Amino acid sequence: MSETKKMALIASQGTLDWAYPPFILASTAAAMDMEVQIFFTFYGLTLLKKEIKAKVAPQANPSMPMKMPFGPKGFQNINWPMPNILMGNVPGFETMATSLMKKTFKNKGVATIEELRDICLEAGVKFIGCTMTMDVFGFDKDEFIDGVVVGGAATFLEFAVEADIQLFI
Amino acid sequence: MNNIAYDQELDCKGLNCPLPILKTKKQVDAMEIGQVLKMESTDPGSISDMNAWTKRTGHELISHIEDGGIYTFYVKKT
Repeated sequence: MSETKKMALIASQGTLDWAYPPFILASTAAAMDMEVQIFFTFYGLTLLKKEIKAKVAPQANPSMPMKMPFGPKGFQNINWPMPNILMGNVPGFETMATSLMKKTFKNKGVATIEELRDICLEAGVKFIGCTMTMDVFGFDKDEFIDGVVVGGAATFLEFAVEADIQLFI
Repeated sequence: MNNIAYDQELDCKGLNCPLPILKTKKQVDAMEIGQVLKMESTDPGSISDMNAWTKRTGHELISHIEDGGIYTFYVKKT
């Protein structure tokens, strides 16, 4: 086997759908014996909180297929058309869409964000919180899970410059 | 062709990407070198993923069998 490969990720989004890619890639890369660092910045920082409250924002994703997590398979496979007026104006729509997505993911045997994050930590993935955005958003390191290191752009770049894969998510 | 000897087994049926790989990795880590793991999955992506994972980690994918939507993999720890 060749020398250890490295992957550097920037996680910049805090919605449920965007929370998946960094944790899926990081946990899998670690399982493939790669050394991984994730730099959490802007809304991505919320993924470091002890309790993740990520939601999906259907209004920001007009092509999001809306699926029902219950009923016969034919019913579950229907793409429900969701007019923008409904997504934007009905109170609680985001909460409902989030709940439906979580149920569908669970039914399909997809891990939760929290599970994937735990696996990452167990596998030695290094989490870095961006100090500048922490300051801007008023986040304290104590609000984050244990094991988070804080740093700035130079901290990320020092690792990324030697990494074989660098992705901005 | 179903008579491959194995030391441990892992049921990943119903689990989706990337859980079959993550669970396989965890179990293989806890095994002795030379031991064989039988892993069953229903995720069609796991064929390609198991090939990629073994190629990267150096473990040996002895065989994989597909039968009625169930994929069975035999991995030897190296």
